[in-house]
Amino acid sequence: MADSPPLAVEHDEGLHHQFVDREQQRNAASLGMWLFLGTEVMFFGGMFCAYLIYRYWYYKEFAAGSRSLDIWLGTTNTAVLICSSLTVALGVRAAQMGKRKLLVLLLLLTLVFGLGFLGIKGVEWYDKYVEHHIPGASFSAQDLIEQYPQLHIDPAPTQIYFSLYFAMTGLHALHMIVGVGIFCFLTYYAWRGRYTPQYHTPVEIGGLYWHFVDLIWIYLFPLLYLIDRKPLK
Amino acid sequence: MFSDFPLWPVPASSGAGNVDALFIFLLLLGGFVSLAIFVMIVMFAVKFRNRPGHQAEQIEGSVPLEVTWSVVPLAIFMVIFVWGAILYFRERTPPREADAVYVVAKQWMWKLEHEQGQKEINELHVPVGRDIKLIMTSQDVIHSFYVPAFRIKQDVLPGRYTTAWFHATRPGVYHLFCAEYCGTSHSGMIGQVVVLEPAQYQAWLSGGITFGSLAANGESLFQQLGCPTCHRFDIQGRGPNLAGIFGKPVQLEDGRTVLADENYIRESILSPNAKIVSGFKPIMPTFQGLVDEDQVTALVAYIKSLSRPPSGAAGPAKPAPGT
Amino acid sequence: MATTAIPVEREHYLNTDYGIRSWLLATDHKRIALLYLVTITLFFFIGGFFALLIRLELLTPAGDLVLADTYNKLFTMHGQVMIFFFLIPSIPAVLGNFLVPMMVGAKDLAFPRINLLSWYLLVGAGVLMLHCIITGGVDSGWTFYTPFSTAFSNTKVIEAGLAIFIAGFSSILTGLNFVVTIHRMRAPGLTWSRLPLFIWAHYATSIIQLLGTPVLAITLLLVVFERAFHLGIFDPTRGGDPLLFQHLFWFYSHPAVYIMILPAMGVVAEIIPCFSRKRIFGYSAVAMSSIAIAVFGFLVWAHHMFVAGISLYSAMIFSILSYLVAVPSAIKVFNWTATMYKGSIHFETPMLYAMGFIGLFTVGGLTGLFLAALGIDVHVTDTYFVIAHFHYIMVGGAVMGYLGGLHFWWPKISGRLYPEWLGKFAALTVFLGFNLTFFPQFILGYLGMPRRYWEYPAEFQVLNVLSTAGSTILAVGYVLPMIYFLWSMRYGKIADGNPWGAAGLEWKTTSPPPTDNFREIPEVSWEAYNYDEIPSPAEVPVGR
Repeated sequence: MADSPPLAVEHDEGLHHQFVDREQQRNAASLGMWLFLGTEVMFFGGMFCAYLIYRYWYYKEFAAGSRSLDIWLGTTNTAVLICSSLTVALGVRAAQMGKRKLLVLLLLLTLVFGLGFLGIKGVEWYDKYVEHHIPGASFSAQDLIEQYPQLHIDPAPTQIYFSLYFAMTGLHALHMIVGVGIFCFLTYYAWRGRYTPQYHTPVEIGGLYWHFVDLIWIYLFPLLYLIDRKPLK
Repeated sequence: MFSDFPLWPVPASSGAGNVDALFIFLLLLGGFVSLAIFVMIVMFAVKFRNRPGHQAEQIEGSVPLEVTWSVVPLAIFMVIFVWGAILYFRERTPPREADAVYVVAKQWMWKLEHEQGQKEINELHVPVGRDIKLIMTSQDVIHSFYVPAFRIKQDVLPGRYTTAWFHATRPGVYHLFCAEYCGTSHSGMIGQVVVLEPAQYQAWLSGGITFGSLAANGESLFQQLGCPTCHRFDIQGRGPNLAGIFGKPVQLEDGRTVLADENYIRESILSPNAKIVSGFKPIMPTFQGLVDEDQVTALVAYIKSLSRPPSGAAGPAKPAPGT
Repeated sequence: MATTAIPVEREHYLNTDYGIRSWLLATDHKRIALLYLVTITLFFFIGGFFALLIRLELLTPAGDLVLADTYNKLFTMHGQVMIFFFLIPSIPAVLGNFLVPMMVGAKDLAFPRINLLSWYLLVGAGVLMLHCIITGGVDSGWTFYTPFSTAFSNTKVIEAGLAIFIAGFSSILTGLNFVVTIHRMRAPGLTWSRLPLFIWAHYATSIIQLLGTPVLAITLLLVVFERAFHLGIFDPTRGGDPLLFQHLFWFYSHPAVYIMILPAMGVVAEIIPCFSRKRIFGYSAVAMSSIAIAVFGFLVWAHHMFVAGISLYSAMIFSILSYLVAVPSAIKVFNWTATMYKGSIHFETPMLYAMGFIGLFTVGGLTGLFLAALGIDVHVTDTYFVIAHFHYIMVGGAVMGYLGGLHFWWPKISGRLYPEWLGKFAALTVFLGFNLTFFPQFILGYLGMPRRYWEYPAEFQVLNVLSTAGSTILAVGYVLPMIYFLWSMRYGKIADGNPWGAAGLEWKTTSPPPTDNFREIPEVSWEAYNYDEIPSPAEVPVGR
């Protein structure tokens, strides 16, 4: 993707040799990112498919596993990510208007929100570790069996719930980490003043990526946290 | 060395001829189409070869032709589809009165058990002219039960029952293969199906060592495990009365209805809480790990025998040999 | 058209720079194509070596050449290497990489550095795969069926899974580059309806790569996790479902067949008009059938599972959908054949491969109809019938297309001509060797010989001996081009810009092309395959 510095002599410097003009270059970059996001949808889609089937089969265990997640941390994280998407959107706007300082500030804020999300996620995972809810040899669903005797849950399907929980949130977190990396670069180059109203494609497509990762969470949150929160009889 | 060089597998079941018929039809069709294409290519290649004075004639294409060679093949395909689907439907729906043989596959052998109690390894004796239904499961990985002479194949999965059936028509000894790759001795997981005349089969039945009929073994296991404490043959048990449930729909607590087939009984033994019968409490403990596949098979056979009217009253039945 | 300049003095993509660095850090799509060519040729011969060992083992019914475990590893790694490290990158990453930018009149792909990255991903994956092979190998079957792969196999499943996972990203990025290039970088005047069919085929292929490969990636990742951490997602003893694995796996791996065959169809659609000196018959039908195959190809995956334990009704749905995907393939065969009608046919090597492709693909496609018929599939699935069928498609189809394309564009790639008589000889050898190898396997399959068998009953021996004999002939046919291509790079006759008198923008520049492909970006005002306007090269300047 385009990352040579644009200059006031807006002809050659920012334009890669294979493109005819800036317009073509920008269109190509943005189509490329959209296609990439399409592949990401399919990537997560495989897991959503597995989730769908097992949730249908093992509804009680999924409900019990879902209850064991901390809904307040989850909600906070959702809010944090939505705020980060807002700062990204405002950042793209700032880049379009050529407000360098505002852009840097908004990108930094985004980074703070992103890292905050990962921190909170880490706390949640640690809780799961303490509760022996990490799939594998040390996994135990005993606490849930005792806590929700009305549900009559089996340990094996409960482990499947947590397997999917960790696979989905883990891969989402991996995407967040990549996103944080991308935004570090963007912030650095924004600070250096590389992005101008004429040339800010990296901010735009980086923003697309961020919004996408945010959107994945918007799906993960209800699917994993809100399966059944009604008070039990 | 090359004593035997077959080009066509022996058809030895009632379904084999039907499969062969469709196969021959497809061979003729495929042979005709390939031949037509080859002949055209060769003809064009010779007739329109580059030579002095010969010029290519530009042709853009032709919509009527495109439509023709899309619609005509599609129509032929639909005929093949329907024909193939009918055969498949027959292969997948065993007749109601078929004799059951229980198959447990493991790395790398076939364990087969007749309803009358005969156990066999890598060898299956069946009489000619009867419907045989195979109820199969695996102890480890996925296997596949394949008898080329009968043109039947069915994957055998761990954790559930799959079924297949056949009706042998010709006495003889036929290959039994494992057709799904299952590890080191996949190619050694072979055996034979011995199809006998009814009289010979009776002789074989009485000749072998039996351990009591499968259902009878299941019954004693049923007693041993203490099942009758709850599953009583009246309406006062804490668990459902199991007499006559097999093959009938069961109303569940959550409103769904399921068919009480082999897989349902199996699941109810191993994961009792997965499907709770309407009006009962989920109090049954799991028997996962307490019974092995052979024992589950016996229990299933016993519960099935409770629904078999000819062998007398509602009590546990001792099916007569050869039913 | 052709330039008469003396090539030695002219600057082109091969002589702009020398040295390892200029290759390993190349962003020129043509150089990256050659990097791919070298890489996949290596893997082709590794996979071919495994194939020969398999065939030799099957010469006798007893397992007397290698151990059972070794044999299981051989067929597993033959499949994995050939599919993921040869066939899937073959035509797209070599010929597609070289030609897509030129055919659309662009200077390079849209993202040259991502293109290089995708080569490095393939190399990284390949090194991991080689490491896995050398340090013990893997015996899960290329299909990784659970729970065998996750809980029972004692071999390096994780390593092989990760290698294929990484190779998948290489494939995704190549597809992404092609789609963006085809959408955004066509030369002025080059409308969609003027695109060469090679481009249409690659466009369809890329869509499959983009949408299918990620599903394989997540599936393999779950297998790796499951094996490493005992998750239980696909393990029935932990409540999981092995059939879910098969669904997810075939959701990619059936369309993957079209990743292999569609580009070969594109190659054939270039070669046949050129050597018939004619416009392609039914341009839009051929173009649209590529797209149709890509779309329908995603709806038929469970036809690999008719005996796996899926329900009666889903089997019927997948059977009927499988027949729908056969229609566009049939359309293609008819149109190619019709293109030859009233042409002026030359019999250079690429044309021999193309004609061979039509024949073998026809047989492969028709036997696909057998397998889609539910009642027949029950008998022949997981037997040698299936092996023969998909080798007719993938080797008889995709590899013939790849070799035909390599011969066709070799003058463009290297600036030299290969020895024509050797080319023809090799093409015939491949055709004969192929049929002798794989035709007997159809009979073996209907007789009931299961696939992946190390030992087999003695009555299958005659056909197996024939097959093994054919495979040695086939091997000769594959080694020959490799030798004379290398030879021709130094000693071959110099090729001019357009030795075949072919249409297409890639022939309107010099051979080998300059780094930027064209002196100036061409403006297109003609339809594809305008062979009425291109004079046939009176005497084809081939080195005889």
